[in-house]
Amino acid sequence: MKNLCELKLGTKAIIDSFSDKELALKLMEMGCLPGEKIHIERKAPLGDPIAISISGYVLSMRKAEAETILVNEIK
Amino acid sequence: MGNPNSGKTTLFNALTGLNQKVGNFPGITVDKKVGACQISQLASKNKIDTEFIDLPGTYSLYPKSMDESISFQVLCDPKNEHHPDVNIIIVDASNLKRSLCLATQVIDLKTPCILALNMMDLIESDGVKIYLKLLEEKLGVAVVPINARKKIGIGNLKQAILNVKERENKNSFVDIKNLCPNLIEDIQKLINKASDYNAFQIACNYKTITDFSKQDKDKLDSIISEHKFIAKRLQATETVRRYKAIDQLLEECVEYPENSKNNSLTQKLDNILTHPIYGFAIFLGVLFLIFQAVFSWSEYPMEIIDNSISQLSQFVANSLPEGALNSLIVDGIIAGLGGIVIFVPQIAFLFAFIAILEDTGYMSRVSFITDKLLRGFGLSGRSIIPLLSGAACAIPAVMSARTIPNWKERIITIMVVPLMSCAARLPVYTLLISMMIPAEQKWFIFNLQGLTMMGFYLIGFVSAILIAWLMKYIIKSKERSYFVMEMPTYKTPDWRTVFYTIIEKVKVFLIDAGKIIIAISVVLWALSSYGPSSKFDEIERKYQNTENAEVVIASEKLESSYAGIIGKSIEPVIAPLGFDWRIGISLITSFAAREVFVGTMSTIYSVGDADNTKSIREKLMSHKNPETGEAFFTPAVALSLMLFYAFAMQCMSTLAIVFRETNGWKWPVIQFIYMSALAYLASFVAYQLLS
Repeated sequence: MKNLCELKLGTKAIIDSFSDKELALKLMEMGCLPGEKIHIERKAPLGDPIAISISGYVLSMRKAEAETILVNEIK
Repeated sequence: MGNPNSGKTTLFNALTGLNQKVGNFPGITVDKKVGACQISQLASKNKIDTEFIDLPGTYSLYPKSMDESISFQVLCDPKNEHHPDVNIIIVDASNLKRSLCLATQVIDLKTPCILALNMMDLIESDGVKIYLKLLEEKLGVAVVPINARKKIGIGNLKQAILNVKERENKNSFVDIKNLCPNLIEDIQKLINKASDYNAFQIACNYKTITDFSKQDKDKLDSIISEHKFIAKRLQATETVRRYKAIDQLLEECVEYPENSKNNSLTQKLDNILTHPIYGFAIFLGVLFLIFQAVFSWSEYPMEIIDNSISQLSQFVANSLPEGALNSLIVDGIIAGLGGIVIFVPQIAFLFAFIAILEDTGYMSRVSFITDKLLRGFGLSGRSIIPLLSGAACAIPAVMSARTIPNWKERIITIMVVPLMSCAARLPVYTLLISMMIPAEQKWFIFNLQGLTMMGFYLIGFVSAILIAWLMKYIIKSKERSYFVMEMPTYKTPDWRTVFYTIIEKVKVFLIDAGKIIIAISVVLWALSSYGPSSKFDEIERKYQNTENAEVVIASEKLESSYAGIIGKSIEPVIAPLGFDWRIGISLITSFAAREVFVGTMSTIYSVGDADNTKSIREKLMSHKNPETGEAFFTPAVALSLMLFYAFAMQCMSTLAIVFRETNGWKWPVIQFIYMSALAYLASFVAYQLLS
């Protein structure tokens, strides 16, 4: 298991769980649910924030926020 | 209500047109938009007055910010003054799954609802098929397909509002009572008629409901602790179950085509617009365009306004009998009015651009590429537009800070924006630089006057950033800063939305800030045109037989007016900065607007210049220091004065708009004090070092 930030750009993964309970709620209501496919779509010019693609749309978030999303890489 | 970017405001505009009122929800600065509309009943031809409220966009009922707390309170507190009879939930058909999270939450509250399915035609052309009847049946509420931009389906939606039925919904999407049965029963005993889900929502967030009494909250406290209720855990369970139910619902009601949609155009655009080099270059280009618009395009309409105001005041001055009333109307009220209306072009231009940037989806990219740069200074990616447009005028800039979702970042942005060198400082700088530095003086190949001017723009920017950084540590906030936001697909701007945004912002400024500005202008007028009457009579007598003495009289009257008296009495305070009472008077009068400084200085230094032939620069240059007999305006004095204008909060319109935007006097007062202190300190150090 990795956190989302450790994924390479474009590598697909599946959300496993969250390490921050409060942020988890916010992320879940925006569609980041355990079991969803996710990948990093692009990074901002300075490497932070990042844009992730999930169920057909794109969310931007800071690295610190992305680190709370734990994922399993799809091999 | 609905998700951000779902077309909520477009629908609101389509329903209510120009019949809108914008205010604040009590106690906080979240826009409250209320609009009216008449719906005619098809059967009886009766017209029914309806009132619409545009609630802030949110992804769920659980409040994470002040905006979202409003939506929660309005819907979950039946006693809230805005609690609706009918909820219209707008849902983006191309993003059904996520939109339905909020929608099913609202449906579970069991208040009458309608689902407005926006952009239905768009996804149908993508090959997506939604079985409306089935969806309606499963959701238990009317589903109306619309396109808010093209005004399709609005009539059907209005009829659906009239036909909405109180319904005892069979099943909830999430059987919340199953999760905590006893707690919900206890809350329902306390709050009559609350549905299961409503009771659960109250249990999770009752602390944020402002209408609840202390007594109610205490009772809820004890219920919560009795049942060992842990909101966060159950909320997470609820969300997971809710999405499961939605997945099942979508499987039954929606058919997606084989090759699902791709937003290749958006991806291609993002490759360029968030590129490390092109992205910033394009953004700088956009900024330059905005700056041009606010700074120079608005010059023409401003000139027209300026001319019409002076014609109006001349007309009124000539047609009313001379005297105090004439002067009050012309120099107090019309002058104040002119001082307000003059800002309208700048506000209109800035918000036209902001509305276009927001509506196309580019704004979220701007935040995306600039967030890291600004975060260290307590600002966010959204602060960049307010900050830089502050270089033209702080008033629209402060208003545009509303797009910053986080409270602390918004306050910091508002607090530092007036440090940016605005257009009104320009005439002051120009005059003082021309006195301090000879035009021909060069530093290498650069004109020294130009360099100094640039230096003062830099001082403004650097001090804004530094103060922001300081405030990051001083201002405490309970609200957590989130940056999780959607990057919507690019769209062409909806011109109607742009138009309504401009109207709304101009209206807010004219009415809310205008009231304060008029009041202060009248006070300033009274201070500078009245004084002890014996003195005034004396001046009149003295020049009774002198011809062409108006200018001298004006000058001497200003000296003995109340403003003059205040100017003289603050002289000991400002003497260490190198200022005399004449500058003191100008400091007071230029509170109306910084550029007034030039006019006041011109009037007050007219003493002994009966023909009024000298330019203002010559008048100031020839002024001698009574003690030393040398020129009064040494470079030290000019520099000190310029620094004072760089930092001091010399603009009542900005204070008025900060009052409006922060909903109280606390922040404008803090801003006034810190900026004045900074100005005093900077001028003091500069003068003492140089003189």
